[in-house]
Amino acid sequence: MSWLRLLRRKRSDAELQEEIEVFLTEETADNMARGMTPEEARRQANVKLGNPQKVRESLWAQNSVLPLTNIGHDLKYALRTLSRTPGFSIITFAVMALCIGAATSLFTIERSVLLRPLPFQDPGRLVMVYEHHRGAGASTPDFTYNPVAAADFYDWRSMTRGFEDMAIMRYAGYNLTGERGDLPEAVRAAAGSWNLFQLLGVQPALGRAFTQSEDGPGNTVVMLTWSMFQRRFAGDAKIVGRQIHLDGKPVTVIGVLPSWFTYPDVGIQLWVPYKADATPELLQHHDWHQSQVVARLRPDVSLASALAQVGAVQYQLHLQYPHDPVNEDVAPRWLNEDLAGNVKKPLRLMLCAVGCMLLIGCLNVSNLLVARGAARQREVAIRSALGAQRATLIREQLTESVLICAAGGLGGIGMSVLATQFIAHAWRDLPTAQSIHLDGAVIGFACVLMFAAALVAGLLPALSTTGKTMLKGLQTSARTGASSVSRTALRKSLLTVEIAITVVLLVAAGLLLKSFMRLRSADVGCVTENVLTLKYSLPEKKYDTPEKVNIFNEALLERVRSIPGVRSAALGNTLPAAGYWGDFVFTVKEHPPLKAGEDLPEGLMRWADPGYFSALGIPLVNGRFFSNDERVARSYKVIVSNQLVRQYFPGDDPIRKHLHVPAHAHAGAPSDLDYEIVGVVGDTLYQVGREPKATMYFPIFEGVAGGGNMLAVHTASEPLQLSVMVQKQIASLDPGLPVSDVRTLNQVIGESLVNASLSATLVLAFAILSLLLASVGLYGVLSYLTTQRTSELGIRIALGAQRDQVLQLMLVAGLRPALLGLGLGLVLSLAATRIFQSLLFGTKPLDPVVLIGVIATLLAVAVLASLVPAWRASRLDPMQALRSE
Amino acid sequence: MRKERQPQNEIVKGTLDMMILRTLVGGDAHGHTVAKVIEHTSEDLLEVEQGSLYPALHRLEDRKWVSSYWGASENNRKAKFYRLTAEGRKQLVRETSRWGKMTRAIGLVMGEQGGR
Repeated sequence: MSWLRLLRRKRSDAELQEEIEVFLTEETADNMARGMTPEEARRQANVKLGNPQKVRESLWAQNSVLPLTNIGHDLKYALRTLSRTPGFSIITFAVMALCIGAATSLFTIERSVLLRPLPFQDPGRLVMVYEHHRGAGASTPDFTYNPVAAADFYDWRSMTRGFEDMAIMRYAGYNLTGERGDLPEAVRAAAGSWNLFQLLGVQPALGRAFTQSEDGPGNTVVMLTWSMFQRRFAGDAKIVGRQIHLDGKPVTVIGVLPSWFTYPDVGIQLWVPYKADATPELLQHHDWHQSQVVARLRPDVSLASALAQVGAVQYQLHLQYPHDPVNEDVAPRWLNEDLAGNVKKPLRLMLCAVGCMLLIGCLNVSNLLVARGAARQREVAIRSALGAQRATLIREQLTESVLICAAGGLGGIGMSVLATQFIAHAWRDLPTAQSIHLDGAVIGFACVLMFAAALVAGLLPALSTTGKTMLKGLQTSARTGASSVSRTALRKSLLTVEIAITVVLLVAAGLLLKSFMRLRSADVGCVTENVLTLKYSLPEKKYDTPEKVNIFNEALLERVRSIPGVRSAALGNTLPAAGYWGDFVFTVKEHPPLKAGEDLPEGLMRWADPGYFSALGIPLVNGRFFSNDERVARSYKVIVSNQLVRQYFPGDDPIRKHLHVPAHAHAGAPSDLDYEIVGVVGDTLYQVGREPKATMYFPIFEGVAGGGNMLAVHTASEPLQLSVMVQKQIASLDPGLPVSDVRTLNQVIGESLVNASLSATLVLAFAILSLLLASVGLYGVLSYLTTQRTSELGIRIALGAQRDQVLQLMLVAGLRPALLGLGLGLVLSLAATRIFQSLLFGTKPLDPVVLIGVIATLLAVAVLASLVPAWRASRLDPMQALRSE
Repeated sequence: MRKERQPQNEIVKGTLDMMILRTLVGGDAHGHTVAKVIEHTSEDLLEVEQGSLYPALHRLEDRKWVSSYWGASENNRKAKFYRLTAEGRKQLVRETSRWGKMTRAIGLVMGEQGGR
């Protein structure tokens, strides 16, 4: 009812005015009937009516909803005050929009990546189970969670009862060709046990999932992911039941996975049954550590007890196979944490950074509002003398900060839509990048942030201007400005906090940046300039003997080396800085047997052609490189890295010693072989940012059938210009062979660093913004101080104070909070940097260069920000200053 | 130059609505008539303040106890007339009985006091 009245009150008022008019006419008529003169009659009628304005006002008030009207008044008032100082309004709006926008973006990502439940059925009971090595390496986080050997998994599954079910999967790669002469394509794939989809609770969008009988050697079926289905097969449902070719072998498409299913990552294009392409020997090997196990916990069993059963089985296996790298324990990780993996820490770090920035933004707005509060002291004092309540005055000022923050928040949400897209694309490791978007919860978060910011920014100034002392504003007039001393102190302490937080951010950004530079300039151990790399994989069906493989590879190398502009070419199963790939355990034949409980030596496994080391510029330390004779004849030679010698041949000449490698994970290759060490080469990094690891190189021509290869071409000039030429050579040798990952080696390294670069860049951006905010704050406080002390300074100058003395006086006033903040900030950063120490590479938390850089930058900015108002103060004309009251 | 209003001329709080409703029983009327009728009937003991008459009329209209229409006044001027609705009649009965009880109660209290 009252709402209706509220909407109709204009009309109601108009009616009332007419009624009043009628009343006056009637009353005048009555009075005239009583014998009055027309003028007197009219006058008496007016007297009887009283003040018509009052009647209208009381009706207006009756038709209004009081609190709403108050809010309306406050809003109007705040809007007017804000529009009177557009510079202030725009700055504060921009500050809040930036801060809230950045915070919202990061929260969006945090929510999608870490907080939102996985789209699987009852995801809280899904857990990844890894093998866990209790030995020396166990403390390093990289080696806590080891991939599982298939044979271990089958024992776990059959011998334990703690999990409802366990499934296994591993990554794979195929050359996909169509039925007709379609373009060949190298696709990333995954092999999953038949029960995986059932365990996750995933129904195929089309067709069906694997059955138990299909999960065996000899692959005949395949499932497509939605992106593959849409991209390559144009979403044609008729593909189900048809055949496609993987590595030249025909397989039937039996189902298509739903569009939301991007497990374990977006890059997976298709799924095959787990056992499809694994030989029975591999499946029985307890050291074929290539797989990941996901398990669903029974509702009535605790994780600890379920895991204890698996751990017991694993320990038995460890005892049973003492000469194989069988881990003695298992380690669990909840599925959502597992998928979030490497993202969590940097994300949290960035959230902290953006939180700091938001706080600085609030403090800055707060600071500016305190300054304005001082300017409006007279107004507030007069109004409260006239009977305005303190609550009303506080509410009014809060409305202003709410308005600023709400506008900033809306701007921020808009900005964060763009920023989120950017970050989600730039950040490589994000597991669910495509599902990151704004939703209700995120907007709710932004609103909460908005009002929290408004409270933080508005309450302090509002309280300070309306305190008990507010009437002093009238008493002291403006001449002495004494009542503002406490407010100046407030502003200075706000500023100190602001600067302290800025220092923390600057230190963090400096450390991350330095760490990133270290990574960037890390010596990979080989030539990285002008190196073109590409991947290809020879399908086993066509290249079924080592001879055929070698013919192709040698022909390719020869052709590539003869391209003009090519200096050299190297062929290996992988290249430096391109990832871990895999390792072998070994024993040194000439050394005494290992003591019980001693860790088996292990080294990365690499295959290389004779020209590999010279082409990549990896130095020979001892012995020789491979010769062209080390090929299918199986002469069993190996080249080891310097690190391997340091680690396992201390004070011993490794040349002509033998490495006994119990397993050779390639199909068809015999195991339990002794390899003679023929050379020692320099170390290369398998991943930038990691310590070099002991490495073994085997001759690639020794007879490895199929498998993926990486070709590195060292060119005289810009390498990508030659990429088409190189690809043409491959196509001329085998037109059906797809080539993938055509990049320069520098790009390969750059991509492995893109996350480090992103977090360093973002935190640096936050820090610079904060520095900017803090300097604006410093400038604001000092200008305010100058204005406030105008008359005092005028007197000083009139009495003979030197200009430079005044300058010094004001500079010191400005620099004191800066120095205090700097000290406080340094202490705080000591504590803060401990937290993200693990994200740093080759950089100590107390890096002197970074600390000195931060101190110098901050001081320079503080001096600059103080200099302008201080200089202005020193240029005061004393006469004008004294008259300015 | 208006005289200070005598305290007894002031209408007892909450009774104006009731009296307006009662006045309208006699037929539709505009604001001026309503005020005049109340004053005359009370032998000029009560003085209706315009500042509360019109808000009261609008309030009654909001509560659907009276309805209004624009008609011609005695002097042939356009005026807003108020008419008692059925709901208003019921309200008048309720108010009247409440008022009766109230005056009786007050009378009892005052009578006893006067008896001493």
